[in-house]
Amino acid sequence: MKKNHGLLYTLPTGLWVTVFFLVPVIIVFLYSFLDRGERGGIVWRFSLEAYRDMASPTFLHILVITMLISLAATVLTLLVALPCAYYMARSKRKSLYLFLIIIPFLTNFLIRIYAWQAILGNSGFLNNLLIRAGLIKNHIQFLYNEWAVIIVLVYSYLPYAILPLYSTIEKFDFSLLEAARDLGTSHPGSILRVMVPNIRAGIVSAVLFTFIPTFGAYAVPKLVGGGKNSFMLGNIIADEILVNRNWPFASATSILITLVTTAALGLYVLANKSAARAAQRKKT
Amino acid sequence: MNGSDVKIEGIDKHFGDFHALRNVNIHIQGGEFFSLLGPSGCGKTTLLRILAGFESPAAGLVRINGRNILPLPPNKRHTNMIFQNYALFPHLTVFENVAFPLRLKKLGRREIDAKVEEYLALTKLAGQEYKKPAQLSGGQKQRVAIARALVNGPEVLLLDEPLSALDAKLRQHMLIELDTIHDKTGITFIYVTHDQQEALSVSDHIAVMNEGRIVQVGNPTEIYESPADVFVANFIGEANLFHGTIASVEGEMVSVEVKNMGILKVTMEPGDLEGMRDFQPGKQASITVRPEKINIALEKPPDLLQDVFNAFPCVVDEVIYNGFQSKFFVKLSGTGGNGNSAIKAFKQHMSYYSAGPEINWKDRVWVWWKADDAYLVEVHDA
Repeated sequence: MKKNHGLLYTLPTGLWVTVFFLVPVIIVFLYSFLDRGERGGIVWRFSLEAYRDMASPTFLHILVITMLISLAATVLTLLVALPCAYYMARSKRKSLYLFLIIIPFLTNFLIRIYAWQAILGNSGFLNNLLIRAGLIKNHIQFLYNEWAVIIVLVYSYLPYAILPLYSTIEKFDFSLLEAARDLGTSHPGSILRVMVPNIRAGIVSAVLFTFIPTFGAYAVPKLVGGGKNSFMLGNIIADEILVNRNWPFASATSILITLVTTAALGLYVLANKSAARAAQRKKT
Repeated sequence: MNGSDVKIEGIDKHFGDFHALRNVNIHIQGGEFFSLLGPSGCGKTTLLRILAGFESPAAGLVRINGRNILPLPPNKRHTNMIFQNYALFPHLTVFENVAFPLRLKKLGRREIDAKVEEYLALTKLAGQEYKKPAQLSGGQKQRVAIARALVNGPEVLLLDEPLSALDAKLRQHMLIELDTIHDKTGITFIYVTHDQQEALSVSDHIAVMNEGRIVQVGNPTEIYESPADVFVANFIGEANLFHGTIASVEGEMVSVEVKNMGILKVTMEPGDLEGMRDFQPGKQASITVRPEKINIALEKPPDLLQDVFNAFPCVVDEVIYNGFQSKFFVKLSGTGGNGNSAIKAFKQHMSYYSAGPEINWKDRVWVWWKADDAYLVEVHDA
């Protein structure tokens, strides 16, 4: 038999992941159980202080706000991405649309957020347009609230949702919709009963690709958010590190974000497994 | 419900500049196995999709049992379709695929179970209930598609080249099964195919289509033996075609002068003669003779039947042995083998030992056929 060199081949990747991903996560995990240093850093003494601090009403409010904003952004992204991906997959100019989706990746993320400031600002493009059209007399405050954060988050993560949806819809056999129609469903019914279950993998990827980064968002709420309803967990981490110098609390918050996003992934895996088990049971 | 009568009246359909269907009229009797046969692009699938409700025609009517169904969306029509690629729902088991239309009707659990089992039994799928389509063979997928299309009790079953994805043996087998299911259910079947063998073997009637038109409607024998024009003669089975000028008409016997061959004699049935417009000497005529009706031998045929035999000396160009038959491609002696002078003759091997000496490549042979066995397909002005 040939010798299996699989382990050897995966060694570089394994090392890379261990050093640059696993080790930092372990450090953050450890820090969250230690005491804070006077001017930042940590003191090597076991403490649950950081997790106890999370019980504060302020923190819980931010946690709820973060959850609501990222859920709203995820749902909205999905609602916009689905028709886009559907249209792209059925279009004759697929590569043009794919190129258009990829264009934003060529520009810096921060610059694109600043562009939204220019669009939504009080003397920005949108207000000017509405005032000139005579629809409003005085400018509307679009920026620096939770809605601005949601809109810019939807914009930022839309391509990440469209691409996996597009790739599954493109492989979808559209004659299935005709078969469903032929067997008695209405048009929307055929989409729900036949298309959605068959592009489930794409939908789940789109949801995860949107929910995970928005749950840990930092720059978007920092630049277009404002007030207590758009301050998110990502902003806490930055503040705790840079302003309050409470490294353990920042670490604990990071761990919380990691746990929530991992839970989202875990739910997906569990759902898949139980579906497979149900199918297995039916067989026997 | 079963065996509904279908009337297609004056259907016209365009796709942009492409005229897909031109004034199509067909009357399909209730309970028939009716085939739409034609080469790809002839409009047969478009016509089927109009019946199913996936396309709407520019003009015309489709009546099922006298009622125009064109205003109805696909889900409100009592037609069900078997798709070329089966279109089984990959996320559902065999059972759920077949139960799909029943669940939409919100039938009770017991009723659904009973009906699904009934149709799975009819299509010989019992025991496969909990497999997903990806775990099935091509033939099994085909059966699921049939069960799913029939479980709703459609008035008309539409079949869009359902066997084209199967291999030849399985295709033959499924065709017989389809015919059995047709006999058991009594539903009107409308079967789209480009395969003339399939159409000939199971259909009650066939509509041959070409370039968006119905060229001929008839039972399989009529389509094969009395093709309406040169296109049908060529498309259905194999045919020898001879073009020439009518020399004389004596009763039922028509003599046609063909270049390189001389006079070809064709006996017509009185009905056929009346059907031909302006049927007089001097007109151009096309004659078809099926290759299996042509005799081939090394010796000249007996002279006494010369007035009803067409006999020609030839040279064998090619011999193809098929086991049950041999195909001889011959050309008239002293010609290049072009146009009229190339003849196909198929000889069935009826016994273990061949009846005479074997015919080989380059042999000088005689081919002959009875005037009865030729058919005058087209007559037109010079």
